[in-house]
Amino acid sequence: MKNDPDKLLRFTAPERVNHWLVAIMFFLLALSGLAFFHPLFYPLSQLFGGGVWTRILHPYFGLAMIFSFGGMFFRFRKLSIVTPADREWLGHVREIVNGDHRNMPEAGKLNGGQKLMFWSLVACMALLVLSGIVIWRAYFSFLFPVVVIRFAAVVHALAGAIMVALIIGHIYIAIWTKESIDAMLYGRVRRAWAKQHHPAWFREITGGDK
Amino acid sequence: MALQSLDITRSSATTTPSPSQRQTPEVAKLIDISKCIGCKACQVACMEWNDTRDTIGTNHGVLDNPLDLTENSWTVMRYSEVETDRGLEWLIRKDGCMHCTEPGCLKACPAPGAIVQYSNGIVDFHEESCIGCGYCITGCPFNIPRLSKKDSKVYKCTLCSDRVAVGLEPACVKTCPTGAIMFGTKEAMLHHAEGRIIDLRSRGFAKAGVYDPQGVGGTHVMYVLQHADRPEIYSGLPREPAIGPLVELWKGAAKPVASLALAAVGIGAFFHYVTKGPNEVSEKIEKEFKDEK
Repeated sequence: MKNDPDKLLRFTAPERVNHWLVAIMFFLLALSGLAFFHPLFYPLSQLFGGGVWTRILHPYFGLAMIFSFGGMFFRFRKLSIVTPADREWLGHVREIVNGDHRNMPEAGKLNGGQKLMFWSLVACMALLVLSGIVIWRAYFSFLFPVVVIRFAAVVHALAGAIMVALIIGHIYIAIWTKESIDAMLYGRVRRAWAKQHHPAWFREITGGDK
Repeated sequence: MALQSLDITRSSATTTPSPSQRQTPEVAKLIDISKCIGCKACQVACMEWNDTRDTIGTNHGVLDNPLDLTENSWTVMRYSEVETDRGLEWLIRKDGCMHCTEPGCLKACPAPGAIVQYSNGIVDFHEESCIGCGYCITGCPFNIPRLSKKDSKVYKCTLCSDRVAVGLEPACVKTCPTGAIMFGTKEAMLHHAEGRIIDLRSRGFAKAGVYDPQGVGGTHVMYVLQHADRPEIYSGLPREPAIGPLVELWKGAAKPVASLALAAVGIGAFFHYVTKGPNEVSEKIEKEFKDEK
């Protein structure tokens, strides 16, 4: 049973809903944004009803993202504070890449990599929002000198590309680490999974080894 | 293709060749500022031919009217009173699209075919393909394109591409009563400018010269300036216009490099899976929890 109450609750229903709202907004933003990124991706604008509609909608998707990602930020910012133990965890690059758990320091509810992902996404999102306002021609660009608009265009393109790369990585790691996607889809994970991937969290909520 | 008889050298957001069988000679408009009397006949002729009508504005106490280019005013006369070594001078510049050889607007445009450069050098907007993002305004070194509030498309001088295509000169050229605006092949215009410069120098304008800025590969609208050493005194004509390093980065290296990097991340992830296998719960821990299902 996917949501067997004997399993360990990893993400609450509101956390999951919030995460998937962000995911939906990400896909809408990435697909519409890529249309303007390179001619190769321009056909993606057809998904949104053509170039003009894509241009109109993209910034409004961004507004929706500000609220949905803002929710994620306030839900997960305390959990994502990087501790010295996380730094040590991150230092074991070779073991992380090989999925070798034997010599890894114990990860808490979120491991160092997940925390780093969180803060990288926060940084990208902040840059995208700020630069996005500047290049929103219909309402805001006239407030800024052209040099600022050019700078914002570069920042927006680069931060967007980095964001897409981070999310490709995020999705891959969720596929690679078997059962981890259950935590975000159904909320609960097997005890064995918790002990394997997040031993410190496992001990904290079970108070023991089992 | 809007004009079948004009071949296209460059098309925005297009990575393959555009129709370019024929090679038409490069054309240019030469604006001799020393001959301009500021009558604005060119502004009127432009609106006549292109059938644009600007809204009636207010009197700002200066001759500039309208004060700036708009989606309906593709050319405006800019008047400036300047102290030079020859005393007070009244410099009048007809402002509008310069039709750059390397157009910043076209480089910045993300909509395929919305901005084209004909093989005769004219840079034209195809409004039906325009998506209204305003990137051309961001990319232009001369601050020319204007976004219409009515239809969210950008407009600017076409160099009367429709007239030029059938062998006519642009409307502003046809109407200019002093011959300050001339039109012909770029070669002929540069040759004519040389003669004008010799004449101006002989009459005491030691720094007279032609404005054909090489930072944008030269332009297809050129000026004869009495003071070519100080273009900025002509209502802020840029000294060294160019597609700036930010636009070059934004529309140049960043896009292919980032596109390849994204592909590399995706392919890299796949091969990581193939080489390392899935990250599963170890047999040892599974045994500890064998009662759990």
